[in-house]
Amino acid sequence: MENKKGNSLWNFFASVKLALVTLFVLAVASIIGTIVPQKEEATRYIELYGANVANFFQLLDIQDMYNSWWFVSMLVLFSLNLIVCTIERLPHIWKVVRQDNLAITNADRLGKMAMHRTFTSRMPSSQTVGTVRTIMAAAGWPLRQAEKDGGTMLFSQKGAYTRLGVIIVHVSILVIFTGSLIGSFYGYKASVLIPEGGETSQVYQSNNEHTAIPLDFTVSCNDFQLTYYNTGMPKEYRSDLVVRKGSEKLFEKSIVVNDPLQYGGLTFYQSSYQPVQGQFTVQITNENTKAEQKFFIPPRQESKWLTEKISFGITDMSGPDMMQRYQYKIWFSDDKAGPSEFWINEGGTAKIKRPDTTYIFTAKPRFATGLQVVKDPGVWTVYSGCIMMILGLFVIFYMSHRRVWVFVSSDGDKSCILISGMSNKNKIGFEKNMEAIYDKFAAESSFSS
Amino acid sequence: MNSSQLLGFTTFAYLLASILYIAIFVFRAQKIGIVASVVTLLGFLAHTGGFALRWIESYQMGYGHAPLSNMYESLIFFGWSIAIFYLWLEWKFKNRLIGAFAIPFAFFSMAYASFAPEIDGQIKPLVPALQSNWLIAHVMTCFIGYAAFAVAGGIGIMYLMKDRYEEGQKQKGAEAGGLFSTLPALRIIDDIIYKCIIFGFVWLSTGIITGAIWANEAWGTYWSWDPKETWSLITWFVYAAALHARFVRGWSGKRIAWIAIIGVFSVVFTYYGVNFLLSGLHSYGSPG
Ligand code: HEM
Repeated sequence: MENKKGNSLWNFFASVKLALVTLFVLAVASIIGTIVPQKEEATRYIELYGANVANFFQLLDIQDMYNSWWFVSMLVLFSLNLIVCTIERLPHIWKVVRQDNLAITNADRLGKMAMHRTFTSRMPSSQTVGTVRTIMAAAGWPLRQAEKDGGTMLFSQKGAYTRLGVIIVHVSILVIFTGSLIGSFYGYKASVLIPEGGETSQVYQSNNEHTAIPLDFTVSCNDFQLTYYNTGMPKEYRSDLVVRKGSEKLFEKSIVVNDPLQYGGLTFYQSSYQPVQGQFTVQITNENTKAEQKFFIPPRQESKWLTEKISFGITDMSGPDMMQRYQYKIWFSDDKAGPSEFWINEGGTAKIKRPDTTYIFTAKPRFATGLQVVKDPGVWTVYSGCIMMILGLFVIFYMSHRRVWVFVSSDGDKSCILISGMSNKNKIGFEKNMEAIYDKFAAESSFSS
Repeated sequence: MNSSQLLGFTTFAYLLASILYIAIFVFRAQKIGIVASVVTLLGFLAHTGGFALRWIESYQMGYGHAPLSNMYESLIFFGWSIAIFYLWLEWKFKNRLIGAFAIPFAFFSMAYASFAPEIDGQIKPLVPALQSNWLIAHVMTCFIGYAAFAVAGGIGIMYLMKDRYEEGQKQKGAEAGGLFSTLPALRIIDDIIYKCIIFGFVWLSTGIITGAIWANEAWGTYWSWDPKETWSLITWFVYAAALHARFVRGWSGKRIAWIAIIGVFSVVFTYYGVNFLLSGLHSYGSPG
């Protein structure tokens, strides 16, 4: 400790003044990034601020400020500050937690504490000690005692371990930082677009190169559904995903925003969709046999369902209507009767009566679902840090280390009582506790103040 | 009876209560104190009823969700949090004078929600990004924190007024009496400000964390430096600095009162300014 005290670099990093300055600078710097748009194209900055300012921004990485060398350095400084400060204070805090207050406190110190009161007792000290113990135990302060300084010293404390709350909060911040570092070193963010009926065994990293990352399984999208409220607002984006290895189906889930698929350390989020140009999804069901088939077809072309001997196609389109839907003109034929032609709504169904059965026909654009793919092995570390922080804050703010001493000394056949208390937090609240204890002493018939 | 009638009554009750609390303070009319408390409590009950009813109404409309989904609904919840937080303070500190510095915030929040042309009070269905139980946890925790900070700021103003008055009296060599002597002692006001700040700090921390968890459930990124996130962090820094300044460097009194007031500006910007002045991911509080 001694040699550290002399080390000015160490003291610099251990100081709370530095913490205040860092917090202030981080707060002010963070504002910049909320005003200057982040991660835009270089030309956008020239457009917005002119070439000179844009150059200056380039120099300071303002366009990606939160990852810039100087902002990251601030965070590093902040962490170092926390680490050094914690190391510096831990031994002291630990000592206060573990120390034997009965042994180290002298009687003359009690009278100097901010909260103290004296009483006289008409009983000799041994009896007085007994009564004091009874009163205090009933008030929730079981006393330990020792003979010293020419009398009896009694002591009780609550919440000594709550002093560690500060350490928990500060360490929790470091735990969160650690979690985010784990994520940035061992994880990645990527995305992939899978058309309905298609599959992928690789995803594309969300960086400028869009590097392909191979998966050791395949993900396919059986269906994408987009539904609207009657107000026209989007209600749900849903993709039915299947995970396979070879031909073996391993996992299957229908995902929506806020409910992703997790498999093999990766999480697949519903993030966007787009129609596949010039392609439509048609589903036909034979009502009698329940035979069902899905087709992805281009418009204005005849397609066939061979086993049912059906030919069909989309011959025309119109729209969109008020609900943003298109209408399709369908041509349908089989070998049993003449062809039929009709219009249906995008996503709507039509029943086609044929001599031997009825077919149910639906058509909509073929969509590709856009998935955000994330690998982040640090998340649980971050979450643990968060839990630690909340618990720690609770301990710091709503619990305290409260200590009560009573010193009983003989005065002829009477005795003197000196009671004092100390709390590291919420002193005003603790004063009330102490007042209540004084009142109990005052109410004891053989004691007087 | 529908939710907007109840909330309209609430707004009126908070206006009346604000006037009463200010009257208690200005005219030292302690006797009407109980009336102010009862009006506030009635307003609060109507508020709770209105909130619950709006929740039910959204289910009747077929797209049920907690009424915490847009600017209007969050202002209503903000007012509610201030009212309950204040009632708790009044009960705990047995002091009605704080009311003049707290209940007007509840009234402003309600009145702004109801009358500002840019705020739409209609019940709307939830867009996919908001369909999550984290919405409830996140919005509630944040706004309880904001409410505590708002009250801390109000009491900060109270502190500065009393402090200035007492300084003036001291210079004149006069007795410290008059209007401000009915306020609690500076030491007690200081303690109340600090208690409000730590209460708010725990809730804001929880609010930021629940927001991060939600973002991770929805997009796979618990932190993306979006302006709203960043501003909530800035607010958090401001209060963290206040706690350290107080606990480690012994700041108290005027300086903490000032930080409590500055903090409110940061809160208001996080909550309001970001939606209207900056753009970002938070489809949430957008004006419509
Ligand atoms: C934003 C991040 C931080 C948070 C949320 C935080 C939180 C806290 C809290 C809640 C307290 C207790 C205050 C009280 O009892 O009223 C505290 C105390 C303290 N903090 Fe921090 N802190 C942070 C950063 C730092 C940093 C960077 C330092 C570096 C020096 C630091 C040094 C201290 C010290 C020395 C104490 C007093 C501890 C004691 O009881 O001995 N804090 N902190």
